Amino acid sequence: MDQQVPLAETEMEPATPGAAPAGSALAGLARRSEAVVLPVAALLVGLLLFSLFLIAIGKSPVDFYALVYKAGFGTTFSWENTLSRTAPLLLAALCVAIPANLGLVVIGGEGAIVLGGLATGVFGMYATGLPSIVALPAMGLFGALFGGLWIAAVGAMRIRRGVNETISSLLMAYIAIALMNHFVEGPFRDPASLNKPSTAPLEAAYRIGSIPGFDVHWGIVVGIVACILSWLLIERTTWGFAARIVGGNIRAAQIQGLPVGRLMIGFCGLAGGFAGLAGMLEVTAVHGSANGSLASGYGYTGILIAFLARQNMLAIIPVAILLAGFEASSGLIQRRMDLPDAAILVLQGFVFVTILIGETAMGRLKIFRPDMWRRP
Amino acid sequence: MIAQDIGLWAVPVAILGGAIRVSTPFLFVSLGEAITERSGRINLGLEGTLVFGAMSAYAVAYQTGSAWLGVVAAAFAGTLFGLFHGWVCKLPKVNDIAIGIALMLLGMGLAFFFGKPYIQPVAPDLPAIPLGFWSDIPQVQAALRVNVLFLIGIVLVLAVAWVFRSTRIGLIIRVVGDSSDAARAMGINANVVRLLATATGGAMAGIGGAYLSLYYPGSWNEGISSGQGLMAVALVIFARWSPVNCFWAALLFGGAGALGPALQSVGVTQGYYLFYAAPYILTLGLLVATSSTTQALTGAPGELSITK
Repeated sequence: MDQQVPLAETEMEPATPGAAPAGSALAGLARRSEAVVLPVAALLVGLLLFSLFLIAIGKSPVDFYALVYKAGFGTTFSWENTLSRTAPLLLAALCVAIPANLGLVVIGGEGAIVLGGLATGVFGMYATGLPSIVALPAMGLFGALFGGLWIAAVGAMRIRRGVNETISSLLMAYIAIALMNHFVEGPFRDPASLNKPSTAPLEAAYRIGSIPGFDVHWGIVVGIVACILSWLLIERTTWGFAARIVGGNIRAAQIQGLPVGRLMIGFCGLAGGFAGLAGMLEVTAVHGSANGSLASGYGYTGILIAFLARQNMLAIIPVAILLAGFEASSGLIQRRMDLPDAAILVLQGFVFVTILIGETAMGRLKIFRPDMWRRP
Repeated sequence: MIAQDIGLWAVPVAILGGAIRVSTPFLFVSLGEAITERSGRINLGLEGTLVFGAMSAYAVAYQTGSAWLGVVAAAFAGTLFGLFHGWVCKLPKVNDIAIGIALMLLGMGLAFFFGKPYIQPVAPDLPAIPLGFWSDIPQVQAALRVNVLFLIGIVLVLAVAWVFRSTRIGLIIRVVGDSSDAARAMGINANVVRLLATATGGAMAGIGGAYLSLYYPGSWNEGISSGQGLMAVALVIFARWSPVNCFWAALLFGGAGALGPALQSVGVTQGYYLFYAAPYILTLGLLVATSSTTQALTGAPGELSITK
């Protein structure tokens, strides 16, 4: 064995320049596939561990995943349910992934969602009688503005005062939820909302409808467009390039003369704006008024989605659909398998841990090294 | 029967009593986190540990009829969470902040999952000592009913301060926290020290959770902690990693948390949710006021990722 180890290492030496073209195509594929294969493998390990957890408490993992498939992806109805939940998750995940490209771990998207939703509800109460074509974009901008300012403040505290953005963003989320509760139970409460304090119901022209032919609201389109635009911004523009330099090495960015502070605050504001937009969509398409249902945990699921997607805005789209499917199946799993609703939280926790442990294998497995595939 | 109605004095008395009552979980979590961070790691997952500790303490206390066995169970569960965090962070390329977030979500998920059957039943409480016996004002007596865990917490604060200041173990933790290279030169295995420091921090956070479910508020439900674990982590930065400062900061936070209920008790009900947000606003304000971008924070461990 002792002799084999150095031998294996010499095999990993860089390939000779004259490698075959077919081999190098395969090599490139091996190199690029790592970013996809490893997270998928980590996801599968997480699901496997959750299966063991289910077996340990005497439940059948086969039943569980069959129900997830049935309730999340099995029928047109379940797809409609899944895709309706995907919209806020896409935007909530962007609120994590965009700052992550600048090296910031922002986990308080829930606060921006809640404030964006509250702003939308309040807008609907006071600016009445507008046509849809004016009201909906105005509410979108209004919601995004409040969400954006909220997360921009997190960026500003980081760059101006050195306050850790992970802690401050989560504290800001608790403050936002308290503000929302205060306003919907006090100044902006609709007296007609007895059991569940809410703002006044939005008028019909202020509601977002379904895509023709599907019972899925337009939010999914907004979310996917937002992901694609964010990807283009980060990967294909000079601003995005500057942001990635800040994320790679902040000192280098400063020495290059990049406006690090403005980039951080701006991109945080954009991220919060998307989360605020998620709140606006929830109010205009789902709830019809701003109330406590806005704080339903989309912001926290968004953290997991962004990490699973390795902070890539395009990868967020399939990952968000997958996790929305899991969340859509929660009710059926509760009823059929007699599991608490927190089962999905446990599943998400397992997957989150395995995906982070999976990072440790990045760049260390031989099969992803181009050289492995170049040799004849 | 004199001075039954103490008027507006009820507010400061209630805040003092509330500070003592509310501060205990802050005290345990922040003291634990101070030990972890002094070794050069940050565990943001203590919120999850706190909630899981609260659940396991309540469940064990209910099943066995002994509140103290509940505390032991919470400490044990917290140790396991800490060991797991410490083990994962040892792997290359694993970010301690990210794994903290993951464990926060996992801990809360597991606590809600296993805690479902314990939302209704009533478990035994931890005992309290009536230190207000000298007064015949009921509010003062209520304010000074001090839980045993609070007193244990004070003893632990002094003990940890002494360990850091004048023992070999304290020196080892400080060296590991300030410089991995120096620790290696001294022949200390930094990973083992950090693993044990994180496990200790986890155990203390678990005990903090036990206090929540077994004394104040004294029941188990899914909203038992709303960020206390996280605020305690922020509080350690404000306390500059000093155990004694952690104690004063915990009292301050407890007082802020007691502000809403205290004002409510004298009939101020306006803006209840805004007073409820006071501890978060206080935490954020203190972080903004006491952090700095230009100079290293005094007393900050050199290896700590959030201050680098």
